[in-house]
Amino acid sequence: MTSTTFDSDLVLIFLLAAFLGYQLIKRVSSLLHSPLMSLTNAIAAVAVVGAITILGEDGAGPMAKVLGFIAVTAATVNLVSGFLITDRMLKMFKKGSRP
Amino acid sequence: MNHLHVQAAYIVSAACFILSLMWMSHPSTARRGVLVGELGMLLAIVSALMLKEVVSYELIAAALLLGSAIGAPMAYLMPMTAIPQRTALSHAFGALAVALIGVVEFGKLAHAGAGFSFASGALMFEMLLGLLTCTASLVAFAKLQELMPTRPILFKGQTLLNLAVFLAAVGLAATLAMHPQGGLLLAAFIALAALFGILLVTPIGGADMPTVIALLNAYAGLAASAMGFALGNQLLVITGALDGASGFILALIMCKAMNRSFANVMFGGFGQVAAIAALGGEARHVRSFSVEEAAMHLEHANSVVIVPGYGMAVAQAQHKVSELYQALLTKSVDVRFAIHPVAGRMPGHMNVLLAEANVPYELLVEMDAINGDLPNTDVALVIGANDVVNPAARDDSASAVAGMPIIEVDRARSVMVIKRSMNPGFAGIENELYHLDKTHMLFGDAKAFVSGMIKEINGGSPG
Repeated sequence: MTSTTFDSDLVLIFLLAAFLGYQLIKRVSSLLHSPLMSLTNAIAAVAVVGAITILGEDGAGPMAKVLGFIAVTAATVNLVSGFLITDRMLKMFKKGSRP
Repeated sequence: MNHLHVQAAYIVSAACFILSLMWMSHPSTARRGVLVGELGMLLAIVSALMLKEVVSYELIAAALLLGSAIGAPMAYLMPMTAIPQRTALSHAFGALAVALIGVVEFGKLAHAGAGFSFASGALMFEMLLGLLTCTASLVAFAKLQELMPTRPILFKGQTLLNLAVFLAAVGLAATLAMHPQGGLLLAAFIALAALFGILLVTPIGGADMPTVIALLNAYAGLAASAMGFALGNQLLVITGALDGASGFILALIMCKAMNRSFANVMFGGFGQVAAIAALGGEARHVRSFSVEEAAMHLEHANSVVIVPGYGMAVAQAQHKVSELYQALLTKSVDVRFAIHPVAGRMPGHMNVLLAEANVPYELLVEMDAINGDLPNTDVALVIGANDVVNPAARDDSASAVAGMPIIEVDRARSVMVIKRSMNPGFAGIENELYHLDKTHMLFGDAKAFVSGMIKEINGGSPG
């Protein structure tokens, strides 16, 4: 699965994504910095796709299976708890109806 | 499913994640952001499962179920005061997953007898960052959970030891990247990288946790990106870059809010020196108010600004503070909250606690926005905050907090500070604020004192 040659497209994608991320995150209100962190953490758990390939591919050795299993589990804990707790936090932010 | 479909699905996933962050900018759209993020994740996982290389599903299903069974209760049962611990733990889990994937992929390269390649370099980078972030986050978790002392742990030659361990880990990483191999060399590298993570966070004190958590977030993101480079997976590169950018921006904001550099936070051992200096100070006179006096003072004010700090979280006083706000509202007192960027143990900590206690979010005002209004504020009420309101940061260039932006409560017409005793705060620095003529100390537990004031205000004659 590893790509052995240098891929300049990936570097370009990384640069653009980092720059876009910078612009997007800068606009996030400081009110929401805690939920922001749990959201980005949940999104980063998309690494689970790499772990799924390791665990499910043909001829995975016992070592790959054990490590892959732990990796899928850990990433799943993050993505499930990350999205749910972000939503739980955001639900609490209410606009007041001031008299 | 062939690779073209998977590529298309990954592109849509990436778009979902970008939209998710875009909608996160404001509370009114943020929940939509979570939903679209979940959609992107679902799409990515389903596509990965349909890859033709993936042939056995039993273990994957079991791991997905096990992860969900741990994750869901964690999200619903975790008290909001434990959000910093949960965040540290989730950085550890994420980094662990990335590091383990790196180990397996590297094992495949070594087994195939490959030489140096772009992938072997990226994988070493991934493992190095992943492993050190994992153990560093675990130490941060232990400190936040108070399983280990929250003060900085310093010893002689610490920086030198850290540097040596780091250089050794990097040296091994370079060797392994050139000649991919398993065995003893890989094991030594893993041990050194993990050890470096522990050493990195051990000397950092509790008050610096917001910056450290943000930095670890950035490292976890970079590690995921490195994995994307190694596997040639654009989606991983993009999400890693987004996560990394987020962590770095938050860390920068935290550093700016303390007038310190990354290097100073990571290697400064903040608090130790200052604590020693504070021991020399003699006992000085302070004024104090009883519960009744404090309640009356608040009741007769036109405007009150409440400044919460970590002490409010420790005392679990956020619900009582919200009740105090409600009680003052019925007396037509204008109440707002001033939030310092580094108040608490992680970025945005105070906002989440007060939102949980039903304080409307438009009353939670950032430091820069509220400072201009403080001279026209009748009472500034400080609850469990210390260094973030210390005027020495502004006035005394010799102070350990010099140059740190503060909430200028000393410019308000009067100040009240709820505090257990006259012990110095986390930075261990004497606070001139407590000795001003307009300051009254409210000695006691934050929760109990605020409860007492609510009783007085609600029980008194309407006015």
